[in-house]
Amino acid sequence: MATRTQFENSNEVGVFSNLTNKYCLVPVGGSENFYSAFEAELGDVIPVVHTTIAGTRIVGTMTAGNRRGLLVPAQTTDQELMHLRNSLPDEIKIQRVEERLSALGNVICCNDYVALVHPDIERETEELIADVLGVEVFRQTIAGNVLVGSYCSLSNQGGLVHPQTSIQDQEELSSLLQVPLVAGTVNRGSAVVGAGMVVNDWLAVAGYDSTFTELSVVESIFKLDESKPDAISSNLRDTLIETYS
Amino acid sequence: MSNYTQLNTFGQHNHEQTGATVLCCNCGVPMDGSSGLVMCYDCIKLNIDITEGIPREANLSFCRNCERFLQPPQQWIRAELESRELLALCLRRLKGLNKVRLIDASFIWTEPHSRRIRVKLTVQGEALNNAIIQQSFEVEYVVIAMQCPDCAKSYTTNTWRAAVQIRQKVPHKRTFLYLEQLILKHNAHADTISIKESKDGLDFYYAQRNHAVKMLDFLSSVVPIKYKRSEELISQDIHSGTSQYKFTFSTEIVPICKDDLVVLPKKLAKSMGNISQLVLCSKITNSLQFIDGNSIQIGDLAANVFWRNEFTTLADVTQLIEFIVLDVEPTNLRRGKWLLADITVARASDMGVNDQEYYIRSHLGGILHPGDSAMGYYLANSNFNSDLFDKLDTSKIPDVILVKKHYARSNKRVKNRQWKLKRMANEHKDIVAEEVADTKQARQEQERAERDYELFLEQLEEDEELRQGVNLYKSDNAGRVAAAGGDDEMDSEEDDAPQINVDELLDELDEMNLGD
Repeated sequence: MATRTQFENSNEVGVFSNLTNKYCLVPVGGSENFYSAFEAELGDVIPVVHTTIAGTRIVGTMTAGNRRGLLVPAQTTDQELMHLRNSLPDEIKIQRVEERLSALGNVICCNDYVALVHPDIERETEELIADVLGVEVFRQTIAGNVLVGSYCSLSNQGGLVHPQTSIQDQEELSSLLQVPLVAGTVNRGSAVVGAGMVVNDWLAVAGYDSTFTELSVVESIFKLDESKPDAISSNLRDTLIETYS
Repeated sequence: MSNYTQLNTFGQHNHEQTGATVLCCNCGVPMDGSSGLVMCYDCIKLNIDITEGIPREANLSFCRNCERFLQPPQQWIRAELESRELLALCLRRLKGLNKVRLIDASFIWTEPHSRRIRVKLTVQGEALNNAIIQQSFEVEYVVIAMQCPDCAKSYTTNTWRAAVQIRQKVPHKRTFLYLEQLILKHNAHADTISIKESKDGLDFYYAQRNHAVKMLDFLSSVVPIKYKRSEELISQDIHSGTSQYKFTFSTEIVPICKDDLVVLPKKLAKSMGNISQLVLCSKITNSLQFIDGNSIQIGDLAANVFWRNEFTTLADVTQLIEFIVLDVEPTNLRRGKWLLADITVARASDMGVNDQEYYIRSHLGGILHPGDSAMGYYLANSNFNSDLFDKLDTSKIPDVILVKKHYARSNKRVKNRQWKLKRMANEHKDIVAEEVADTKQARQEQERAERDYELFLEQLEEDEELRQGVNLYKSDNAGRVAAAGGDDEMDSEEDDAPQINVDELLDELDEMNLGD
């Protein structure tokens, strides 16, 4: 399902949180509303972890991860790293990345199988991504933008890209990622879909301003509509098998 | 209130791809996302108002008296309803118009009495990321009537700082008529706040003292005057040491006019080249010129000399009577245009009554011919209350002193005069007329003024020298008379009065009509 929330009057949910199939990172904030929005949906399934990254609250922008691992920038303190290590399940590999482009959430967009990365990312980082996250890595741009993490939101079911992405580009990306893609917006017309929402295989959280149309696009491309009784057996089967195997 | 027009350029940046790629974030209609739009056009025009921040109502200040609009902060400009100037003024009053691009503006007609001005504006502006939309809306201006500072000042007393009071103690207004023309020609009244007519003269009011001094300088260069300055303390600030004064320049013009007969004081006559005491005033500039008809001796008298030993006129032009020239015997004494001649004249009123003839000397020998009429002073039967005249040697007093040639003028000619003069705003005359309502006195006053003006016009026609100080304009009659053709020629044969050549006339100025 797709829900709406707000972090301290900001609609940029993707900036302040990181959601994967195995864990969810949320910042340490003044209000617990934001945390509660995730906790209500995810509480008994996956851990929702309060953390800061390099002392900042923009945990979504600074980190990139999937169900196999989590990449944090070099500025992450040892204490934060230890906190994450203690909070996340043991099978999640956590890796610090010495990368000049330290906002990993902006430069990496990944699901559990493939990752799109910034064209200028270092080779070592690319190898780390492939090793830690267990994904194929492609250097790509989205609608001419190099910040693929900001302009693309990706799950194992589908992906939402920048509204100006041409059909040819969408088809090319779709063939790389092996998931259906659609161009769209969140937060009432915002083109930064990666920063405006977070998604995993059964939950999408977008900003409070998102319209019904935008949420229905999100629900349909990420196949979040639970109303169908066979949703679990068909769509979520792979995820469930992976999760509980 | 407002409607939107779709622009042709809108959404057509990318021609190779027109397929729908995204859904409108508001209504979900499929649309082409490649242009960068995330909302469909209908939603944009429903949700976004580029004219936000532009007021739909504004005020215009309008002075009811002078019918000018206030252009903030302080300028008052004259603007017709529905004129370009007014539109510019209206647009300038709108705040926030600099954030959008103004495409079109026009007035929507309103009843003038409604005190409302409606303007329809069309603007273009950027709505979302790079979507430019065009929007039309109306703005209603309320015209607020008020009084502008200039008008307020004109209704307030004590706004002037300096006044020039010009007086001439003579019973007619011809000097002032001439002075009016001089002032108009030299634009000497430019700084004047107001002009008031009073007994024997005019008052000119100025906002600053130096304007008045400028006027005085002008006056002293064209007419013989003397003036006296007086000042009145209005307010004083002892702390800053400043004080406000009102200055009044009481100016008197020499009470002698052209063609007046005067008796010079003996001493003065001696000092002017031993000229005869009984002389005619022949010319007035900033000094006085006298001519002795018996000897065509000419004497000049500076204004300051006059004021040291004042004297009055013996007789003025109203006392001239008509004579018929019977014979002219020129002598060979000539000075300028004057030619001394022995002339035999008879009073026009004596013709056919008696055979009384006068054999006199006159300076008009070059102008007069037997059979002509001439105007002159008839001293033989005159009684003057003048000590100077009484002391004259009676044997030296001629019976008749001829002054000028007389031209018969038909009424038609007067009406069809081909030229006219510019007049100064004659508001002061209206004030006078109001005061004395419609009494007999007022009518006489007006008749006298008209007669003076007519005399002045005739004088202009006869005297080329006088004309040089005056701007003459073509009148409406000029065209009509020319069209009339033959009829006019007969008239000009009938009376031989001098005419002013059309070449001397200036084309009429538009502003002249405003005054009338």
